[in-house]
Amino acid sequence: MRERLNQTIQFPNRPKVIGRHAVVGPKEGGGPLKEYFKDVLKDDKWGEKTFEKAEKKIMEHAVFAAIENAKVSLDEVDVLFSGDLLNQIISSSFVARRFNTSYIGLYGACSTMAESLALGASIVNAGYFKTVACATGSHFSTAERQYRGPLELGNQRPPYAQWTVTAAACTVLSSSEENGNANKIGKNSGANEKNTVGNGKPAQIAVTGATFGKVVDYGVTDINNMGAAMAPAAMKTLVAHFEDTGRNADDYDLIATGDLGKLGSDILRDLCGEKGINLGPNYHDCGAMIFPFSDSVCQGGSGCGCGAAILNTYIMDKMEAGAFKKVLFIATGALMSPTTAYQGESIPSIAHAVVLEA
Amino acid sequence: MQNEFAERNKRYLEYVEIKSPKTSPWKSLFFAFLIGGLICCMSQAFTDILPLIFKGMTLEDAKTWSLMLTVTLAILLTAIGVFDDIGHIAGAGTFLPITGFANSIASPAIEYKAEGLTFGVGAKMFYVAGPVIVNGVVYSILGALLNYLIYGVIFK
Repeated sequence: MRERLNQTIQFPNRPKVIGRHAVVGPKEGGGPLKEYFKDVLKDDKWGEKTFEKAEKKIMEHAVFAAIENAKVSLDEVDVLFSGDLLNQIISSSFVARRFNTSYIGLYGACSTMAESLALGASIVNAGYFKTVACATGSHFSTAERQYRGPLELGNQRPPYAQWTVTAAACTVLSSSEENGNANKIGKNSGANEKNTVGNGKPAQIAVTGATFGKVVDYGVTDINNMGAAMAPAAMKTLVAHFEDTGRNADDYDLIATGDLGKLGSDILRDLCGEKGINLGPNYHDCGAMIFPFSDSVCQGGSGCGCGAAILNTYIMDKMEAGAFKKVLFIATGALMSPTTAYQGESIPSIAHAVVLEA
Repeated sequence: MQNEFAERNKRYLEYVEIKSPKTSPWKSLFFAFLIGGLICCMSQAFTDILPLIFKGMTLEDAKTWSLMLTVTLAILLTAIGVFDDIGHIAGAGTFLPITGFANSIASPAIEYKAEGLTFGVGAKMFYVAGPVIVNGVVYSILGALLNYLIYGVIFK
């Protein structure tokens, strides 16, 4: 197996998911995926004075809970990869401040979960570090203030807008299963048929590949229409992934985009159709899944936490249960700045894909 | 990059324009008329009722009180987090009357309280209303100038 083909790298050493955790806000926790969200906040300020402090707290909570879930000690985590939506990725740095480990801060907007997983898996696969934590989070109220306006301002949202998800999630990757949950260990990570259902043990999830996206800009300037801005980036990454690996959409049990929303995922289907890629019923968008469809959330969820929370709960739960064996997770990010948007600049977008196998 | 992809981007943006859902004008107009109309009726009611309660209140005074009551109510509703929900439905119905102006000052005041009184509330309170005030001042100067030219110079 060639390890690198253009934008795609394969991980023959199969970095394993040994721990994971996601915490979501009350609105998300009451949505269609509520049975998968085990950690739901009752109050999205979580007793803090400001929403920024709340965002910091939920991210810290997600990281520490994931490390606990991985059954490793804090000292055993070699690197933390983390990013968020706030200026200077401040929430991530606050998390790292409490965390005695090397820290690599990432800004990939809503693509951060896939970006951190891809980088974390690369470093673990190469053997440089043994255990890494990959985290991200977002908060509706902090994002709203940074990218739009005051919360209580009585303006209307355009029908193609999206609703930033309040959630944080962390995945712990490791080169060996030894530190992981003992009951999670499969016999041989290569023989993925045997270690799933049947023997009652959850399947071991591994990151087996990643496609690093390129920045794509199709000229969308409307910061409310992020789905349309990001869909071309997702299409380019998908096309590159399929070309590099020789796979097609049917090779995956699930292809999940991070937060394109309903409109964005419809656009992605159209764009992929033009390129001859038929996204069938195995394609879903996390943004379109997280909220009940209503006027207020418009096209669905957005934000780093959206895809991250669903990946670490619903998708990985289903993988451990054997329902999905091979999943392609593509997190998309609108790399916009309100300042340049006011200056009339269009929105550069990116999408990174990671392959997860159980 | 602009030239190379201009054609592709143009096609894509046209496609997005068609694909994106639109706000229904009839629904928006209906709710704006209904809720905006109700706000106006309420303020008119204040103007009509106040002189009946407080004997000796002139119509001019009643109008001033009516405005103050409407603004106070809008700020109260903003503070308890209800105004934005009404605004999502009513749109221009709540934004155009004086209620919208009150909301546009009260909501940043609440939002930026966390950054303190000087750099938070003080600096950001007129962040939404500021452009409206600047426009108002500029256009009133232009209006006054026009008024002076027409009635003060031409038809003197």
